[in-house]
Amino acid sequence: MSLDMETNSYGGGFATPPVDAANAFRAAMNAMARPGTLQNITGAEPPAGISAAAGCLLLTLCDPETGIYLAPDVDSPGLRSWLAFHTGAPFVAADQADFALGSWQALLPLGQYRIGTSEYPDRSATLIVELTEFAAQNASLTGPGIKDSTTFALPDLGACQGNASQFPLGVDFFFTCHSQLAALPRSTTILAKD
Amino acid sequence: MYVAVKGGERAIDNAHAWLAEERRGDTSVAELSLAQIREQMSLAVNRVMAEGSLYDPDLAALAIKQSRGDLIEAIFLIRAYRTTLPRFGYSEAVDTGVMACDRRISATFKDAPGGQVLGPTFDYTHRLLDFKLAADGETPEAATAPPRMETTPHITEFLQGEDIIEREPSSDTVPGDLTREPMSFPAGRAVRLQSLARGDEGFILGMAYSTQRGYARNHAFVGELRIGKVPVEMEIPELGFAIELGEVELTECETVNQFKGSKTVPPQFTRGYGLVFGQSERKSIAMALVDRALRWEELGEDNLGAAAQDEEFVLSHSDNIQATGFLEHIKLPHYVDFQSELELVRKLRREAQELAEDMAAREAAE
Amino acid sequence: MKTKISAPARKAWMSLLAQADEAELSRLWQAFDHSPDYSWLRPPEAGGVMVRGRMGGSGAPFNLGEMTVTRCALTLTDGTVGHAYVQGRSKPKAEIAAKVDALMQTEAAQNLRQAVLEPLQQVQQARKEARAAKAAATKVEFFTMVRGED
Repeated sequence: MSLDMETNSYGGGFATPPVDAANAFRAAMNAMARPGTLQNITGAEPPAGISAAAGCLLLTLCDPETGIYLAPDVDSPGLRSWLAFHTGAPFVAADQADFALGSWQALLPLGQYRIGTSEYPDRSATLIVELTEFAAQNASLTGPGIKDSTTFALPDLGACQGNASQFPLGVDFFFTCHSQLAALPRSTTILAKD
Repeated sequence: MYVAVKGGERAIDNAHAWLAEERRGDTSVAELSLAQIREQMSLAVNRVMAEGSLYDPDLAALAIKQSRGDLIEAIFLIRAYRTTLPRFGYSEAVDTGVMACDRRISATFKDAPGGQVLGPTFDYTHRLLDFKLAADGETPEAATAPPRMETTPHITEFLQGEDIIEREPSSDTVPGDLTREPMSFPAGRAVRLQSLARGDEGFILGMAYSTQRGYARNHAFVGELRIGKVPVEMEIPELGFAIELGEVELTECETVNQFKGSKTVPPQFTRGYGLVFGQSERKSIAMALVDRALRWEELGEDNLGAAAQDEEFVLSHSDNIQATGFLEHIKLPHYVDFQSELELVRKLRREAQELAEDMAAREAAE
Repeated sequence: MKTKISAPARKAWMSLLAQADEAELSRLWQAFDHSPDYSWLRPPEAGGVMVRGRMGGSGAPFNLGEMTVTRCALTLTDGTVGHAYVQGRSKPKAEIAAKVDALMQTEAAQNLRQAVLEPLQQVQQARKEARAAKAAATKVEFFTMVRGED
């Protein structure tokens, strides 16, 4: 590892970890509690290749006991050493991941992730899906945390509906773009927007 | 009529203030420093570290001071503090074979390679109160001899050569962690050992004693008992290699247990294992006996219905913080619960009385 | 200037620093009288590490209990990164250890080794030997006595 790279991989963490992580956690929590709403999340500057929002989420949610799967499009030595320093999280295969990061295409197939068991539905993966933009809205969402209904842009309506149909099992999604994120928990009912 | 209560804030504040004053005691007597507790009450400090499940002698000394010497209260304080610490990771398994032994004895082999080293033991003291200690200013000095700096091999290694004792298959399975996953049964030996290592010394001692008195007797000898410091290593993710983080003092006990053989295992010696933070000899021997008793199923022994063979019973009741929490909560206000009980008992009494009067009236009529 | 460092060499000095007595380390560091400019990559934070043992001393691992550890990371103005993971909760001790780790990767290494690491090593060795000498004095030779008729 070159000197510059070593120093870079350690920079860009939360400046004041307790406060920054608490703010980021609040954004993540609000996103999950209000599916489909956009939240701002800032405080960390991850290495090139992933969004600030995804970087903040990983620093907030990961530690030595959460396995991270990096999809091929985001996996890099720079990102690995940045996450190793700041979170201590181990890197694991997709089928063992607590958290998975990548673009939608790179994260597929969804079937490879843990969906929990009927005794422990929480033993499942959370997918952090990097988007280039929050695109045109194609889905109508209803369910817990949503008053009446809301609309959202999902990368693949059918796949997300399939995941939700397994409730209480399944994976949960964060969608990240620049310094914004939104979430889609497995409890949300998804219909095509008319 | 009983009603729920709230309030009492001023009384509680004042109770805390009085508690603080009582903790300090007579102010004409010098206050204890943490260093004094750490250095001169070191076995109490060790117990608080072992059962608080956090190795930090200064913190344990603080907890003992704050709890007025109530060790279970001190353990409670350490457990509460422990939960606030971010978990940096898991160490490599410590190698007790490289322990710098202060003490190392075997009850089974008098000529143990590496020697029998008594260390600072109470064993051969006369248990007579030493009134000289009541006077201040004593600075006793230990004798010395040319030090032996080589590592001391484990005694069970010699028995393993003959295959006359069961082997401990080495593995790198990731062990369950009861501080992270709720305990479920069967818990498995790794979680059992973690639970026993932090369990209440008195409870583990009582369970171990029950096996000696015949409830799932397993004929234990102390194959080896060693006390000393071992280095703790952890792999540092950002460095890509392991470094030593420091040293911990441990007490390790390996029992050698007579075993007649079973449907699945030939006659040989079996093993029980105890490992505890600090110099905690009684606890580590007791832990080894209970560990061995709990292994009945894997060794193909009969379930004799003994308490020490019952994993769920032992593990569910060994934690003194859980136990004291549930036990002591019944002294806190339960006025509403009790009121419903009271009404129920009054109603039952009324009904019983009505029934009796009814019967009496009927008898009189007949 | 950063020099090429082998992992075993770095492990050795980081381990020595982790186990050092804080007062001793602090005294030697102050006597070395070198305060490099640096910035924090990770300010000192106290945490816990779960210590593992092995069943029977050599078998499968299990979790024994935690220990307190303080860690930090800093970078010198030339970009050299110093890390510290030290037993206990002392932030000043972690800070000194990280500075020593960083400077040991620079031209200052030779002087620093003589001024801080070697004396620490000697103190530690002397402490271990003193304890081992007391243990050696309690070494006992048991012998069994034959009683009665055979």
